[in-house]
Amino acid sequence: MRFTLDSEQRLFAETVRGLLAGADACGAARAWGRGDHAPGRALWRALADAGVFALAVPEEHGGAGVRPVELVAALIEVGRHGVPGPVVETLAAARVLGDPKALAGIADGSLAATLALPPLVPYALDADAADLVLAVHGGALHRAEPAGGPHRSLDPARRLFSCSPAGGIASAEASPSSAAAEFGALACAAQALGAGRRLLDTTVDHVRTREQFGRPIGEFQAVQHRLADTLIELEFAGSLVYGAAVAHGGPDSARDASAAKAAASEAAYRAARTALQLHGAIGYTDEFDLSLWIRKARALHTAWGSPAHHRGRVMAALTGK
Amino acid sequence: MDLDFTDAEQAFRAEVRAWLREHVPESPLPSLETEEGFAAHREWERELHSARLSAVSWPEEYGGRGATPLEWLVFEEEYHAAGGPGRVNQGGINLLAPALFAHGTAEQRARVLPPMAAGAEIWAQAWSEPGAGSDLAGIRSTASRTDGGWLLSGQKIWSSRGPFADRAFGVFRSSGERHRGLTYVMFPLDAEGVTVRPIGRLDGKPAFAELFFDGVFVPDADVIGEPGDGWRVAMSTAGNERGLTLRSPGRFTAAADRLVRLWAERGDPADTALRDRVADAWIRARAYRMHGYAVLSRMHDAGSEASMYKVFWSELDVALTETALDLLGPDGELDGPWLEDYVFALAGPIYAGTNEIQRNVVAERVLGLPRAGRGGR
Repeated sequence: MRFTLDSEQRLFAETVRGLLAGADACGAARAWGRGDHAPGRALWRALADAGVFALAVPEEHGGAGVRPVELVAALIEVGRHGVPGPVVETLAAARVLGDPKALAGIADGSLAATLALPPLVPYALDADAADLVLAVHGGALHRAEPAGGPHRSLDPARRLFSCSPAGGIASAEASPSSAAAEFGALACAAQALGAGRRLLDTTVDHVRTREQFGRPIGEFQAVQHRLADTLIELEFAGSLVYGAAVAHGGPDSARDASAAKAAASEAAYRAARTALQLHGAIGYTDEFDLSLWIRKARALHTAWGSPAHHRGRVMAALTGK
Repeated sequence: MDLDFTDAEQAFRAEVRAWLREHVPESPLPSLETEEGFAAHREWERELHSARLSAVSWPEEYGGRGATPLEWLVFEEEYHAAGGPGRVNQGGINLLAPALFAHGTAEQRARVLPPMAAGAEIWAQAWSEPGAGSDLAGIRSTASRTDGGWLLSGQKIWSSRGPFADRAFGVFRSSGERHRGLTYVMFPLDAEGVTVRPIGRLDGKPAFAELFFDGVFVPDADVIGEPGDGWRVAMSTAGNERGLTLRSPGRFTAAADRLVRLWAERGDPADTALRDRVADAWIRARAYRMHGYAVLSRMHDAGSEASMYKVFWSELDVALTETALDLLGPDGELDGPWLEDYVFALAGPIYAGTNEIQRNVVAERVLGLPRAGRGGR
């Protein structure tokens, strides 16, 4: 057993982290929220060039085969840097699509897809920016068309669209609904975890330098303990997320993805609450970039199934009840 | 990255599982914290030892099997899944023995470890004092130099297993202040000058004791490490007390599986709030298990990270057993295994350094925050 990233996987994660740290992901997220997708698509291509999207595409369609561990490592970085766009949705689509051309496009970064899966995922994220809009209806995969303008999300970088089915498309899965739901939950858990880590790190930096009563507020135990609890929750959620990645495709795959999603959403949301509280009023502003992650953590809490939904899935898998 | 076990590890698991299936008592032993239960658990330690399963990670010469950390984790998973009895000698096996391996002499190891593994000598710890709990460096009980050894005087408290154990270990002040000048010693609880006063825990069972020392002689041979270096010796094993070793993941995954079964039998599917608590307990137990695998895979000393595990498992233990009592409803207050586990769990956030102290450690040493004000400011 070696339940830790090997050197190649670590190098890959560092590569993704480096390329996102060097790009203006915050600026791209702000632009995305205004409907300007160009900087976001540039980030998208950079992720594709690093091989991220190929990790959900079978080799015969130009991918690297499904590699959940590497994907989780990359998605943690996507979450950490606040990358906008339907990354999780495109990966979930890749997991169930059977259309060779679309799969090849996803792998090389030329095609961004999005996917609705009502009632779990009722809206197609960023359907206006996506090259391929999909929806699972009646257990089958369909092309879909957005109906009307975006619904406003708390996270302006998440532009949500109602959509209706508009013709069939090949699926590689007998049950695209459960396969997409499971993979989307795992991917979303990793993204949330990365957002949570960023919220914690930013807040730790803040409390070391922000002074009140003549000392850094990080000296106060009330502050320290809240951060310690946030770290603990994120650490253990991280082990569940990687555990689910390793278990992917096995007999407990769906159960473990649900456990990971419930824990990671909760941990990231707790990190958001901690970050907001310990930053004080500045954290409550739109202008301060922390808001990008606070809002995202709240949105991801319920995206791809709320913690309650996933706890129910875990219990159903364990007891059949 | 993988979660695969080698053939050897799987064979070890199978052997342990088969032995436990044959030997674990069908009905639970009487409570470990009673005289009758203590004796029954001591007997169980002997039986475990007969299969060389009482201290699997020790070298064979002391009664162990030289098991790897991962094999130890496997043993723990199987042990708790089989419903194995509480380990009456865990203070000795998990705290004293690591100190002996790290700082003891070959003579001490040869003399102390085999009877510990065999359950012939059961050990209690003697750390806390009335004025030194979370602030352990405030120890005032003394060890004064005498011919060929040391004389212990003073008082210890909250000595787990103290009422019925044979021997104990702890640190005493031989000079200096705070962390300096402490000496780590072993002594018999029936030595002349030792008075043991059992203390009833929350449910009245004598789970710990107050110890009084009136010139108790300890020979030099029973000092571990250098005199005056006891803090370092004790802290080198603090991670064992706080981390994976004392409360292994297997303990919680087994308890969570039992909780899920209890829910399947008695839970009201319409009560989703309670269902969610059961699910959370199971998820957190699994997280601890995964984290244990990650820690062993990284193969580095957990150090301050052990404080994270301690907060995590102790709060999980309370949440898990509380949930079981709520599931039992009006039967939850009745004597039974869940209530016994619940009362035991309630002590977890307090012993081995309170969770408040652990959070300080996490904040300062893992997150790198400035040291918190320690009063007087």
